[in-house]
Amino acid sequence: MSEELTLTIIGGVDKDGVPEPVKFLEVSKGEIIGIVGPTGSGKSTLIDDIEQLAQGDTPTGRSILINGKKPDALTRVDPRKKLVAQLSQKMHFLADMTVADFLQMHARSRGKAPGLVDRVIELANTLTGEPISPDTYLTVLSGGQSRSLMTADIAVISDSPVVLIDEIENAGIKKQEALQLLAGEGKIVVVVTHDPVLALMASRRIVIRNGAMVDIITTSREEQDVCSRITQVDNWLMSLRETIRRGEIVEELA
Amino acid sequence: MKLVVLAGTPGSGKTSVLLHTIRTLVKSGKRPAVVKVDCLWTDDDQRFGKLGIPVHVGLAKDMCPDHFTIYNTDAMLDWGASNNADIVLNETAGLCLRCAPYPDECMAICVIDVTTGPNTPLKVGPLLTTADIVVMTKGDLVSQAEREVFRERVLDVNPSCMIIESNGLTGKGAFELAELISEGPEVRDNMVLRYNPPLAICSLCTGETRVAHKHHMGVLRQLDGFMEYRGE
Repeated sequence: MSEELTLTIIGGVDKDGVPEPVKFLEVSKGEIIGIVGPTGSGKSTLIDDIEQLAQGDTPTGRSILINGKKPDALTRVDPRKKLVAQLSQKMHFLADMTVADFLQMHARSRGKAPGLVDRVIELANTLTGEPISPDTYLTVLSGGQSRSLMTADIAVISDSPVVLIDEIENAGIKKQEALQLLAGEGKIVVVVTHDPVLALMASRRIVIRNGAMVDIITTSREEQDVCSRITQVDNWLMSLRETIRRGEIVEELA
Repeated sequence: MKLVVLAGTPGSGKTSVLLHTIRTLVKSGKRPAVVKVDCLWTDDDQRFGKLGIPVHVGLAKDMCPDHFTIYNTDAMLDWGASNNADIVLNETAGLCLRCAPYPDECMAICVIDVTTGPNTPLKVGPLLTTADIVVMTKGDLVSQAEREVFRERVLDVNPSCMIIESNGLTGKGAFELAELISEGPEVRDNMVLRYNPPLAICSLCTGETRVAHKHHMGVLRQLDGFMEYRGE
């Protein structure tokens, strides 16, 4: 990973073709940045612009710079040079392959050693209830299994300096663990979310409305306090869910 | 004059890719014209017609659509020239995956749908393996990992191709594709096919409709792979 890393978003236009209010945003190494806004407002579109390192050639007209410069053509397309890993909402596998075959092929496409496959499966199984085996066909994985497999795949195989996450909370996996795993060391993490815990874990959040970046909010000290309180509530909810899943009776009020 | 031959399985998004690319070509001052070859029916000429460029439809009917395309290539180029075009874009029907209707001096583009799964590149044959550019469509419907695995499989069978990830809804990829087309080769006389068409000298070609081995003559391949000649 390069020592310096900045990601710059240069604003384009909203859904009506009007220039968006936020014209420039720079994100540095180690930062988690949130994207918030109503459903259908254009959050995923912003993620897609970053994933393809848009150069004014997408419908939004945005440009993405890496270390202040326009990325070259190979950085945009060759998975071995790709700077961006994306965990998208699209989690249903269409590939008729086993988990192990798929991961080996993906490791090859990213120029990584095939030995990483076991590590991906092991890590995925720490995030989900039902264990995944290397011989399982991708098409029969549950939603939670698929998500945890893709999360582990990004952490181990894709291992790009910029990680984009689209709504991790909808997946029935341990979201905070997943986020920490993906954030790794010194990465830029961009996370689309409706979840207050994840949104407030970010140091800043971009507000999207009608396809435009309308505001950037820096998470305040007060919001950080709120975040740690709701994290406790969230963990409690999670433990209740596990209790119920195990077929046990919920007895005490925490 | 430049010739672009665009092939791909039905429903892969050939027409959508082409519509976006034509808009970009026109914007950059090119004069494209489209020949759409189909088997029985098409209304794609209306979609192309809205772009205000010359459009011609060829229906292969009871002929093989790829063979039809191959022996009509010179007629397509003449038609393009008489309509003052500088690029003829030929969208083929391409069905049986055994032929590849690409002449040597053209820009050969294969459009392939990512949602058909990463084994598809192994099945498509010369349509994919002899293309200059491979356009991967519908990538927004799968994960990034699956797109990358698909891409790796394409490179396994065609290591020297350029791959463009395209989206027929947003027009992603059209800009790059238009640029590559503009840099493509000029056509010349005496073009030859990149890949030989299949052996087609059995009695089915002459109208035999009865099913079963005993009714057929010519060069036949049996289920176990054995090839024989039956006849006089």
